[in-house]
Amino acid sequence: MSLLVESSKAPPRMPSYLEAGHTVRSWLFTLDHKRIGILYMAAITVFFSIAASAAALMRIELLTPAGDVVTSETYNRLFTMHGVLMVWFFLIPSIPSVLGNFIIPLMIGARDVAFPRLNLLSWYLFMAGGILATYSIVAGGVDTGWTFYTPYSSTYSNGHVMAMAAGVFIAGFSSIATGLNFIVTIHKLRAPGLTWTRLPLFLWSMYATSIILVLATPVLAITLVLMAMERLWGVGIFDPKLGGDPLLFQHLFWFYSHPAVYIMILPGMGVVSETLAAFARKPVFGYRVVAASSMAIAILGFLVWGHHMFVSSQSVYAGVVFSLLSFLVAVPSAIKVFSWTATLYRGHITFETPMLYALGFIGLFTVGGLTGIFLASLAVDVHVHDTYFVIAHFHYIMVGGMVMAYMGGLHYWWPKISGRLYHEWTARIAALITFIGFNLTFFPQFVLGYLGMPRRYHMYPEQFQTLNVLSTAGASILAVGYALPLFYLGWSFFFGRRAGPNPWGATGLEWKTASPAPEHNFETTPVVTTGAYAYDAEGNP
Amino acid sequence: MNDALSHPAAPPYVDRDQHSVANHLGMWTFLATEILFFGGLFTGYTVLRWAHPHAFAEGSRHLEFWIGTANTAVLLTSSLFVALADLAIKRDDRRAARRHLVAAGLLGAAFLGLKGFEYFQKFQEHLVPGSGFDAHGAQPALQLFFFLYFLMTGLHALHMLFGLGAIGWLLRQIGRGAVSRERPDAVAIVGLYWHFVDCVWIFLYPLLYLIGG
Repeated sequence: MSLLVESSKAPPRMPSYLEAGHTVRSWLFTLDHKRIGILYMAAITVFFSIAASAAALMRIELLTPAGDVVTSETYNRLFTMHGVLMVWFFLIPSIPSVLGNFIIPLMIGARDVAFPRLNLLSWYLFMAGGILATYSIVAGGVDTGWTFYTPYSSTYSNGHVMAMAAGVFIAGFSSIATGLNFIVTIHKLRAPGLTWTRLPLFLWSMYATSIILVLATPVLAITLVLMAMERLWGVGIFDPKLGGDPLLFQHLFWFYSHPAVYIMILPGMGVVSETLAAFARKPVFGYRVVAASSMAIAILGFLVWGHHMFVSSQSVYAGVVFSLLSFLVAVPSAIKVFSWTATLYRGHITFETPMLYALGFIGLFTVGGLTGIFLASLAVDVHVHDTYFVIAHFHYIMVGGMVMAYMGGLHYWWPKISGRLYHEWTARIAALITFIGFNLTFFPQFVLGYLGMPRRYHMYPEQFQTLNVLSTAGASILAVGYALPLFYLGWSFFFGRRAGPNPWGATGLEWKTASPAPEHNFETTPVVTTGAYAYDAEGNP
Repeated sequence: MNDALSHPAAPPYVDRDQHSVANHLGMWTFLATEILFFGGLFTGYTVLRWAHPHAFAEGSRHLEFWIGTANTAVLLTSSLFVALADLAIKRDDRRAARRHLVAAGLLGAAFLGLKGFEYFQKFQEHLVPGSGFDAHGAQPALQLFFFLYFLMTGLHALHMLFGLGAIGWLLRQIGRGAVSRERPDAVAIVGLYWHFVDCVWIFLYPLLYLIGG
């Protein structure tokens, strides 16, 4: 992308956002989107660690068929805690609130997001929600599963459902605020010349994500309000004995939570598009259809929630329609996978760490997506519903997809965030360990589920032990893969080699300004004259 | 723009026009969120009324038709005054703008007063779900109607309270000159919100008060 950033090298240099203040106050009251991104990063790393520990305990329990490490009651609380924290306090804010906050204004050549105060408020809401959720865990936990299904969460609940639901409710407003901010930012703050068809694909996917954040999250909020009222007053809105409708809760919940799956994958797809273009040194194949497919996924995502309810008493005709619509989501998803593959064709490919994560994403997302087709088929779903097949499927999307993409994006933009390079080979090995550990953890679960092992039990028949041992072994390898970046990125932050403005030789406005990014992003507003990924035939930007 | 660059807390806009369109889009996006927020309740209402049409008709007959109707008139009139305030500020008549906003705020308060009176009545008739609800021999699903009645009108009233706060804030901003003909946006943006809350009531009124048959 050829640009006019006239005085980007002229002295005096603007202070970087990291140098703009060193007090705790300068971080906690910052309105700088980059610092808010870092605040989010710190917070979600903590929540990820707590939630991952819960998963580790579950895997240890499942080493042996007998329920010998924790009681079934504790096990219920462990998977609920794992699910709630991972979904609302790690995955949903991961790429949007950390990388999106940091990169979106830089990518569009703006000084900040449209509403910086709202942005800071969203972090505080997120923290308030996170603290409430943590409180409910410390106070004794919740055993409803992350879905809060009634009557587990109403009539028969014996955990701290109210605190947990309040935490999720409040964190929801943080999501809405972030989504609203991104929509307005991408609409109104683009640099001169940065038209919609020149937007980097990460922005298209963040725009699609933001639409879901704004339109789906409020439905979760009101659903949790209804659940809380039901629990407090016992009026029976979800209780058939009192005339209520138990399926109403599931419909409302999945009306949010299925689109939320796309909140948790679309941003990852955006990161993969950026990374592939940068390390294949080519424009993304089929730019327009890749952009359009993000929007198609966002829209279709609102019409498929019923596929979570095939074995509830939902009408069979509704089931057929939901099944068909769920198949349709495969179309834009496949368009992306084919376009990414075609992007690699005749590229000048190098295998830096972000590229390894991106390639891992493509393979794992494809497996996750194809097994999603199994689950969208009515008859097959009856067989594998609520088994480990489902667990493996969505972990291939959520972990194999989104977490891989988050790690890839973190490594890709790390020089812009820290101003420094990490040790490349250590990082490559960590990426490889993650990939191997992930597959060893979750592939056996496809088999387990197909053989009929149900989810959410802390014991199982003996014939399932070999596969469970493999899965637990994989989880311990995966843990190493996740722990390593904490060390080498931490080291790089203080001692890494200086990165320079554009260490990857990539296109994109974020690489035209200094690393770490200056406090005000750009000295003069950049002007864009070409489309995204304008590499020449030799792969030079 | 140079002015903006020298002040880190200043919004990230190049000029006032850009700021103005961004503010408007922000409010419209927020209202989209709000529609889906209320939408969950309207869905619940539809499902339960479909299941219990008679109990819902019965419930509707327990509500005061005249209070609902009067409140509709009160609220629509308040929206008129908000719109007049927007016109007034754009022709730089700050006195008229404030006068219209005060009228809108008083009507909003009157709405809440009538609503509160009706709540009090229902309390006396033991029609508050979860606190000694007495179905008076009608179907138990009557309680579901009143649950939705209190939740939907309560959430609406909560929005009215925020709206009144926003009108109070506007009066202050106009008094200080921070909102004026040069910077009139705040009136239109608070107005959008006020009209939205009004629109929610336009749906609530028939669904709650006019289905008694």
